[in-house]
Amino acid sequence: MASKILDHGKIERNVTLLLILALITVAIGGIVEIAPLFWIDSTVEKVKGVRPYTPLELAGRNVYIREGCYNCHSQMIRPFRDEVERYGRYSLAAESMYDHPFQWGSKRTGPDLARVGGRYSDEWHVQHLADPRSVVPESIMPGYAFLKTRDLPVDRLDAHLRALRRVGVPYSDEDIAKAVEDAMAQADPDADASGLKARYPKAQARDFDGDPKRLTEMDALVAYLQMLGTLVDTRAAEPMEQAR
Amino acid sequence: MDALLFRSGGWFCAFLLAVVACMLAVDSAFAIQMGIVAVAALVTLVATLRQADFETLGGRSGRPVATGYYDDVIRWGVIATMFWGLAGFLAGLYIALQLAFPALNLGLEYSSFGRLRPLHTSAVIFAFGGNALICTSFWVVQRTCRARLAFPALARFVFWGYQLFIVLAATGYLLGITEGREYAEPEWYVDIWLTIIWVSYLAVYLGTIVRRSEPHIYVANWFYLSFIVTVAMLHLVNNMSMPVSLFGSKSYSAFAGVQDALTQWWYGHNAVGFFLTAGFLGMMYYFVPKQAERPVYSYRLSIVHFWSLIFLYIWAGPHHLHYTALPDWAQTLGMVFSVMLWMPSWGGMINGLMTLSGAWDKVRTDPIIRMMVLALAFYGMSTFEGPMMSVKAVNSLSHYTDWTIGHVHSGALGWNGMITFAAIYFLTPRLWGRTRLYSLRMINWHFWAATLGIVLYASSMWVAGIMQGLMWREYGADGYLVYAFADVIAAMKPYYLIRATGGILYLAGALIMAWNIAQTIRGKLRDEAPLADAPYDPALDKPIQPVAA
Repeated sequence: MASKILDHGKIERNVTLLLILALITVAIGGIVEIAPLFWIDSTVEKVKGVRPYTPLELAGRNVYIREGCYNCHSQMIRPFRDEVERYGRYSLAAESMYDHPFQWGSKRTGPDLARVGGRYSDEWHVQHLADPRSVVPESIMPGYAFLKTRDLPVDRLDAHLRALRRVGVPYSDEDIAKAVEDAMAQADPDADASGLKARYPKAQARDFDGDPKRLTEMDALVAYLQMLGTLVDTRAAEPMEQAR
Repeated sequence: MDALLFRSGGWFCAFLLAVVACMLAVDSAFAIQMGIVAVAALVTLVATLRQADFETLGGRSGRPVATGYYDDVIRWGVIATMFWGLAGFLAGLYIALQLAFPALNLGLEYSSFGRLRPLHTSAVIFAFGGNALICTSFWVVQRTCRARLAFPALARFVFWGYQLFIVLAATGYLLGITEGREYAEPEWYVDIWLTIIWVSYLAVYLGTIVRRSEPHIYVANWFYLSFIVTVAMLHLVNNMSMPVSLFGSKSYSAFAGVQDALTQWWYGHNAVGFFLTAGFLGMMYYFVPKQAERPVYSYRLSIVHFWSLIFLYIWAGPHHLHYTALPDWAQTLGMVFSVMLWMPSWGGMINGLMTLSGAWDKVRTDPIIRMMVLALAFYGMSTFEGPMMSVKAVNSLSHYTDWTIGHVHSGALGWNGMITFAAIYFLTPRLWGRTRLYSLRMINWHFWAATLGIVLYASSMWVAGIMQGLMWREYGADGYLVYAFADVIAAMKPYYLIRATGGILYLAGALIMAWNIAQTIRGKLRDEAPLADAPYDPALDKPIQPVAA
């Protein structure tokens, strides 16, 4: 090797040089691919209807994450004919813009859940979560009957909303102040849910788990599942996309 | 004495902090985790004090330092690798059986698939693979630099601190503590702990290189070094999150949606690229030439493929997000770089296999070499399969299916598993000063059980994954989808059973290995026939004389 510009021996004898060159080499790819996503506007195009989760939906989402549902269920419908017919309109970037963390998943041991909201009744969900094979004989999903008997801890939900606001979710001071109240109201058929519905358009308020006396983890999880994919009017979003 | 006071005082403070955090905890899972930390700090405190006792009494410090190298932590590492390997394989087998027999979820939150799957992946990648990388890197860096390990006390801290990281992560999964992002599940406080460990690891590693007696840094160390540095970068960026409370386990990722997805798969793919590839290539570049007693085939190839591998790997993350809401330009970039990555990957395979030029006969008689060859073959196979699956057209079929699971396992069981087993078989007699392993024939059994297991695993998942992908998209003549999702699940059962059988064989091989390693450490030698079945006997090398009358 005559060329002195490419004298690798120099790098091999100097650990500082080796370290710095390696660090630069591995940093480039990430900078080029990831950084632009934060400032190219078209990465997440604004879509009407997307809003932050209600406190109860958020609590349900945390149960979903805690039980590792993402290991077997995706929440990302790809733009293929079969997927759109099976699961609904393909997923838009804006629909997960308040998802900290994202739950797109990587494996479909079970079906995609991006638009599962409103597809089944609350009773079906409760029965299916408690004993999956009683409604889908082929299912290999674990049972989650214990969710029905566990009270949902709501008293610290305001702290959760505050943490999310720090990472960019636009919860207002009022949202945070009323977080606990909103969570109780969403699952209580006797409560006045008008404040909740004003703060969170399209929020569904009812008893979800079949036991109106208690607010359980099952209430929260079913509330979350029933809102998945329901916020955006996909028919209305269609012509907006074509306009480009 | 001052140093002792300082150290034990430090551990006592850590103990008190953990107890306080335990009492102030806002959720019970966090309290349990802090309880574990408190116990760990207390055990370390007692160990620190007792060790001082021993040293003053002239007890343990009287141990001979035969080689001059610091090998204690490597000996522990070999045992830890073996232990976590068995735990990880067992967890994998159990969740494989859960997919075939869902009753095994037992209806308990602690034993459901969703919580055990992260336990399996972390146990094999970070506990088994991580311990293997740490202990082999400490061996390799000392031998190739001809220098004693820098900062032995810090190295001990790295080892035990890493075990605490594993225990916290694993118990956390069972308790439902997770960030909900694959392979980066541990929560914020465990992430901070791992950062401290990792910086210490880098300090020990770099310190040893700085003290080297050899002018050149050997190629294995380039790979280990790039693995340590890159994993630090990935870990720090991907785990940025906002804790809900300083006394609670829950945190929210700093990123959301699209940005979170790409950051996560930039991390996730390079956990494969740097943890499971670059680090293990470092292992390969030392142990293959040593065991074959041959120099590395091509110095120039190692330079070219090292720099191109670490440059290209980082770009490949978006291929996990084909056809998602990730912008198209990022997907295409990820695909193109993934395909290009094929070449530097095969550079490593070629350099490893060609190192055996002139020593190929050893494949017949040396089962450790045979394991290394198989590891390199599987490395080549899965680094061809990966770029192929990253092509968007192929990915549209393979994504979300068990084909991906099969691909990962041919790499993990074939490449990472086999090269680690070979390295441990190489290290054990040398670390414990034995003339040879307890049994070479048992390595042979291990080799064939593991190989058959991988073949069953990979082939069943190929068939299952492609079948699954085709069934999901099958249309009938009437223009409707033919299969309900549940039909596809039912069709998977036989393949899940074949896969579990593969897992049983692989675990059986590892059990044979554990016995072999344990007996070697105990100093036993198995009385057995040599593996070369036709040894040269000069007494027989002559014409057979007719018996004269």
